[in-house]
Amino acid sequence: MMDAIDNKCTDPIQATEAKDAERPKWDNKAQYLLTCVGFAVGLGNVWRFPYLCQTYGGGAFLIPYLIALVCEGLPLLHLELAIGQKLRTGSIGVWYSISPYLGGVGLASMTVSFLVGLFYNTILAWVLWYFFHSFYNPLPWHHCPTKPNLTEYIEECKQSTPANYFWYRETLNISPNIESSGIIQWKLAVCLAAAWCIVYVCFIRGIETTGKAIYVTATFPYVVLTIFLIQSLTLPGATLGLKYLFSPNWETLKNPKVWLDAATQIFFSLSLAFGGLIAFSSYNPEKNNCERDAVIVGCINSATSIYASIPIFAILGFKAQTNYEECMNSNINNLENTFNISDQNITETNYKEWLTYLNATNQGLDGSLNLTTCDLHTFLNKSASGTGLAFIVFTEAVTKMPGSQVWAVLFFIMLFSLGLSSMFGNLEGVLTPLLDLHIVPKWMPKELLTGLICLVSFSIALIFCLQSGNYWLEIFDSYVGSVPLLVIAFFEIIAVVYIYGINRFNNDIEWMTGRRPNLYWQVMWRVISPLMLLVVFLSYVIVEAQKQPTYSAWNPYHAQNLPYPDWVFAICVLLSAVPCCLIPLGALYQFIQLLNKHTNRCTAEPYDVET
Amino acid sequence: MLTGILLLILLPPMVAQDLCKDGKEGYKVRLSIKTALGNDAYEWNESEMFFFRSTLAFSMRKYFKQDTYDISNILVCHETQRVSFVFVVTSPVNRTQLIPKEEVEQAVRLNKHRINNAFLLSDMTLEFVGIPPTLAAPITYSTPPWLIVFGVVIGVVAVGILSLLMSSVTKRRRAKEKGVGLGEEEEGREALPKENGTALGSLGDKDGVYNQGFSNEDRITTL
Repeated sequence: MMDAIDNKCTDPIQATEAKDAERPKWDNKAQYLLTCVGFAVGLGNVWRFPYLCQTYGGGAFLIPYLIALVCEGLPLLHLELAIGQKLRTGSIGVWYSISPYLGGVGLASMTVSFLVGLFYNTILAWVLWYFFHSFYNPLPWHHCPTKPNLTEYIEECKQSTPANYFWYRETLNISPNIESSGIIQWKLAVCLAAAWCIVYVCFIRGIETTGKAIYVTATFPYVVLTIFLIQSLTLPGATLGLKYLFSPNWETLKNPKVWLDAATQIFFSLSLAFGGLIAFSSYNPEKNNCERDAVIVGCINSATSIYASIPIFAILGFKAQTNYEECMNSNINNLENTFNISDQNITETNYKEWLTYLNATNQGLDGSLNLTTCDLHTFLNKSASGTGLAFIVFTEAVTKMPGSQVWAVLFFIMLFSLGLSSMFGNLEGVLTPLLDLHIVPKWMPKELLTGLICLVSFSIALIFCLQSGNYWLEIFDSYVGSVPLLVIAFFEIIAVVYIYGINRFNNDIEWMTGRRPNLYWQVMWRVISPLMLLVVFLSYVIVEAQKQPTYSAWNPYHAQNLPYPDWVFAICVLLSAVPCCLIPLGALYQFIQLLNKHTNRCTAEPYDVET
Repeated sequence: MLTGILLLILLPPMVAQDLCKDGKEGYKVRLSIKTALGNDAYEWNESEMFFFRSTLAFSMRKYFKQDTYDISNILVCHETQRVSFVFVVTSPVNRTQLIPKEEVEQAVRLNKHRINNAFLLSDMTLEFVGIPPTLAAPITYSTPPWLIVFGVVIGVVAVGILSLLMSSVTKRRRAKEKGVGLGEEEEGREALPKENGTALGSLGDKDGVYNQGFSNEDRITTL
């Protein structure tokens, strides 16, 4: 019997080499880098960073942002890429290799990747919907729809704006609150199906096919951003928007919330803790300079954020300028009509003089005039982030540009490519662990597995096509894509530095890259990054716990913030807690397995890492 | 006698002015010529007013389908520098009777497009206060554009999926045929031992048997 055991254990190296040969590989280094960059650069770079920059004092925000990149973003990025490249499995395999009790970390990553993929592709479905409707002339969100008698616009649209109406009523057909679910919007469901089909055709064979698609989806957004940059700088009011964005307000640096938001923005922007980056680097050849890759990806991600905010804010400045001019014109019209002054006599420049003159000559009449105060800064302050920026503010701005269809089409294709390349990372974070766990039957081809993943995700994501779907999406966005990731990342860094062993990790990197990581990496990994993660996590939880959980329900007449009902809030807490709980549950499961373990299993390691 | 003649001459215009100034059946009109035309703006004078009154008379003719309306039926007052004024329409049969507001409104709405074009203005720059402009009717498409774009996208995607699936099926089939070919060769060479039913018979399974001995599941670290 002992002979049998020896035979089974003598030749594990051949087995791993054979397995490695059948493991997919990148065609070239560029594919790998583009995939990582595409995963990191997503919708958040375009619609979250400019908003944060503008809210937190413009150029001054770059300081906490860059500090967070250096202290938190780059170390974690390097860590994930290195550990994936060394241990050559997906997220579950990597953490299980480090310690069987940490398998739950990988499981949590996989769950978060799956849940995020659900709502992220729904956003892409919305982008597709807008893309399809950008081929209309005039754009459907330019004018309100009219009542049947053709004398006036629909009431709901009159109260808000055409862009708002098109987004909330014609696209989402949103219900007044989260409890009323309404029916599934079949048009959105069709767009969702189209989005998942596009994802499937790119993802059908894993990195074999995404590696080809990424050449287009990762580079195209930069082309469009450059086009928008050039065009937006020619618009009137562009410099106004840019000045507003970048003029630093150093006072905001005293507010701790700025530092918290900078840290969380860097963290989520780099797509850490999803398991996707580990999966991507696990397909690398063993000797690859992961340190340089990490620095490249991190810097490109931040540079893209800054680069994208320039055209965004130029266009927002243009929009503010246009709104200001419309406001002034309506006031001028008012004055001209009331006092029968010949038109074009009052202009923006002499408006103030006319007003004082009319005030002096016609006392008491001013109160009844209904003049709105037109302040350029109020219009500039009306910035937005997220779907509000893309689907309301930006679409409105596009209608005021000449050739609006072209700009709309370009913008939505850009958003779609940005989101698609991030989706590849999300799905890879689900696919690679599944393949490495060997729970997939041997007869199932990869195409079928990826198809099943897409089909299951599509079916579950149909809840976002309900009339209350947008409310649920915001819940998923704030509760799944935040706290669990911070927890996972904290466990990741503790696992590598203190359980796997920082010295062993340094040796691995030296073997892979030819250079031992220098003092910066050592300090960051051992002390600063875990500490920073802990502080960010605690402050995030404290800040969120102090706020009343409310959501803004659609009301065309006035902004409305409703509290979440109890059962919805319970779901929110579950969404945050379940991925986190998978970590201790994984450890517990392993402990139970240990108690039931047979003693005649082969316990030798297939290869000893330390030799 | 002289006063009588004077009265007779001056009375109709005075009555007309009173009819107009009453304001109950009249509509206020506002023109913003400079806003609409900029440098090509024409000056508003008596001739333009004459033109305007004739377009209104034309509208009344078209609406009632009678050729009885004349420029003298259109009375104008309260002219200002804004270029705004009030007008009323008198009945061609009885000069002291005014046409009711609603009918004037219908007549104007019917021909607003012609009136706008006559003055090179638009609904925004030629306002009839109280008569809402007829908004553009929503364009109806026989095939909505979004369906066309959607069809194109779905078509391309479907072709992509099918071609990728077909290529992987053919790849698998070719690999299987190669494997079967090799297996047949080996079976041909070793036909004799088959009679004993040795382990070579299990060569039929191309993928081999998953050997639990090489399982990675027990990779434990030094913890």
